[in-house]
Amino acid sequence: MKRVIALLMENQPGALSRVVGLFSQRGYNIETLVVAPTTDPTLSRLTMSTQGDEKVVEQITKQLDKLIDVVMVSDLGSSDFIERELMLIKFKKDSFPRISFEDSDVVSENNEIINVQVVGTSTELDALVKEIEDSNPIEIVRSGSLGISKDANTLSIEN
Amino acid sequence: MDKSNKSGAEALLHSLHLEGVELMFGYPGGAALHIYDAIFNQDHVDHILVRHEQGAVHAADGYARATGKPGVALVTSGPGATNAITGLATAYMDSTPVVVISGQVKSNLIGTDSFQETDMIGVSRPIVKHSFLVQRAEDIPEIVKKAFHIATTGRPGPVVIDVPKDLTDPDHKFEFTYPSEIKMRSYNPPKSGDLSKIKEAVDLIEHAKRPVIYSGGGVIQDDASDELTELARLLNFPVTNTLMGLGAFPGSDPQFMGMLGMHGTYQANMAMHNADLIVAVGARFDDRITNDPNKFSLGAKKIHIDVDAASVSKIIHADVPIVGSAKECLSVLIQEIKTRDLAIDQDQLSSWNQQISEWREAHGLNHSLLELGPQNGKILPQQVVQSLYKETEGKAFITSDVGQHQMFAAQYYHFDKPRQWINSGGLGTMGFGLPSAMGVQLAFPDETVACVTGEGSIQMCIQELSTCLQYGLPIKIINLNNAALGMVRQWQDMQYGGRHSSSTYENSLPDFVALAESYGHIGIKVSSFDDLESAMRECISLKDRLVFLDVDVDPNEHVYPMLEAGNSMDYMWLGKDKKTW
Ligand SMILES: Cc1ncc(C[n+]2csc(CCOP(=O)(O)OP(=O)(O)O)c2C)c(N)n1
Ligand SMILES: [Mg+2]
Repeated sequence: MKRVIALLMENQPGALSRVVGLFSQRGYNIETLVVAPTTDPTLSRLTMSTQGDEKVVEQITKQLDKLIDVVMVSDLGSSDFIERELMLIKFKKDSFPRISFEDSDVVSENNEIINVQVVGTSTELDALVKEIEDSNPIEIVRSGSLGISKDANTLSIEN
Repeated sequence: MDKSNKSGAEALLHSLHLEGVELMFGYPGGAALHIYDAIFNQDHVDHILVRHEQGAVHAADGYARATGKPGVALVTSGPGATNAITGLATAYMDSTPVVVISGQVKSNLIGTDSFQETDMIGVSRPIVKHSFLVQRAEDIPEIVKKAFHIATTGRPGPVVIDVPKDLTDPDHKFEFTYPSEIKMRSYNPPKSGDLSKIKEAVDLIEHAKRPVIYSGGGVIQDDASDELTELARLLNFPVTNTLMGLGAFPGSDPQFMGMLGMHGTYQANMAMHNADLIVAVGARFDDRITNDPNKFSLGAKKIHIDVDAASVSKIIHADVPIVGSAKECLSVLIQEIKTRDLAIDQDQLSSWNQQISEWREAHGLNHSLLELGPQNGKILPQQVVQSLYKETEGKAFITSDVGQHQMFAAQYYHFDKPRQWINSGGLGTMGFGLPSAMGVQLAFPDETVACVTGEGSIQMCIQELSTCLQYGLPIKIINLNNAALGMVRQWQDMQYGGRHSSSTYENSLPDFVALAESYGHIGIKVSSFDDLESAMRECISLKDRLVFLDVDVDPNEHVYPMLEAGNSMDYMWLGKDKKTW
């Protein structure tokens, strides 16, 4: 089962390598990983998706929580949440398909090349990748999943 | 608050002093020389010059394990730092509070492959609890404060402070202030456990018919031995300790079943396998305990008390998880038990204890092997440990290396006190014994400190004999010399048809007596059983000298019991032709 875990960590040199190192050290299989600063400049938010059962996810979150630089960890899957991923696709103009996906935009176009941007859940994007296979896209770039819970819960600290 | 102008190096030393550090172990080199100069100019913190950085970290580790206070090692950059790695990994696996300060090349050279540059933070990352790369000299006091806080609290562990040389420059001074307290938003180790869980635990305890208390190194680390002992006595439950936990409950107490696991006693492993309740405290169900986790003690409910949430239900599901300090959780548990009038079925409990006695009688260890005299003309390694036990009246600090000798020491020396038994359980580091004994001896100059070792292991840090002479450390080295990498050979005997691939030395061993003497110590050789006890007595009685007692033991002896891999804990080899299934 696909799981999305989000965490806040100190925005400090070495912090990211500790988190990433933990995954390989403990043999966790990471599908996507996104890191970016937050509005609090001392904190970065990291979102990862992984395949695993309850037990694996529990271990991952506990081990992450143990890292000194990690301030907070949340298994987004433990409540209702929204997952989104951004995908950029480059086509030759002559093979550009009619994309049936609703959240897609042409973001650049010239005589030769069309670049399209699509936003959706990673499952939707997976399906879309299959669907456009025949149009031979030249390049597909995916951002990895981001997540946010549907309810009032936030991943933030009180200062 | 202590205010004055100091350089980074002086600030480092003064911070260590304010943390209560009296002693550190180290080895100098270019990147650490400003720090060494600062050491020279103060007299609060003594520096012990080892002969190899691995020895420095093991010595700091031994000091930490024996005293409960953090151990400190100082090394230079590059090779100094990499030599410290085995020591760090050893401390990490056994969760001991060690702070390693490594010199680093100057800040502006970092990343340029400069002379003696190693990315210490990167190299040590998976084997430290945390690490700091100092970026401003002014940050040193706060970093030291944090490092000691992290190393010693929660589940303890090693912390590295990597200090670029320019940040210790004697010409750059700043106003020194030492934080009196430290708060870290990202680090809040749990203290007391969840009371409702503790109450659930009491319910399970009340209804247990075949209970076992299984405790590990966490109880010793948290100084919770008194509480553990009180709990066991209060309930009259049988106790077993892991290799790391020996001494947490008195080893000579009849309620004690001995060590459990890979080379645990028959009765301890049988009790674990047949239990209906396991109360695990400060232990982590590792593979040397559980054997196949899918077959591990299937009939038992598990209460798991541990300060590290990630250890709970990692391998074996905990029916009642209690995350908190062992000491706190045990005190609350004891109180709860005392306030409730528990209706434990005493008949069931005494027949369970009776069953354990029967197991012990049937296949327990023989603690009177000395009385048997020589076996086939040879000295058994177990007899040497028993002789050591006898001559030290069970009161010595025992450090050990890794191999058969380590297991014999663990099985046959009864440790009545916590912190008395010091060995590398998690990493299994050959070479740990002698340097860790130095740390213990420096902490307790008047106590007997013996290192039970093998001729293989002792040669991995033998250079520290020189350190022992320099500082007058009267360690007793008890070498169970079987002229082989015995534990390797045992596996080759049992699993590889007796093919002894690279596990013997073909007459290339040194004359250990001459070797000890060349280092300025006393060497005694024992080859015949008749000399064993008198030589041991002499060895222990030479209070002011390091004695290297080199005992030829039966090279064909194996360690038993031994769990049969891939099975449950009741699958044990009890002898070369004797097994439980
Ligand atoms: C640094 C290191 N290298 C290799 C091993 C693997 N190993 C475990 S026990 C052992 C043999 C130890 O020989 P010795 O010290 O003579 O002890 P004995 O088993 O003979 O009592 C070896 C090589 C280890 N534990 N540590
Ligand atoms: Mg040997």
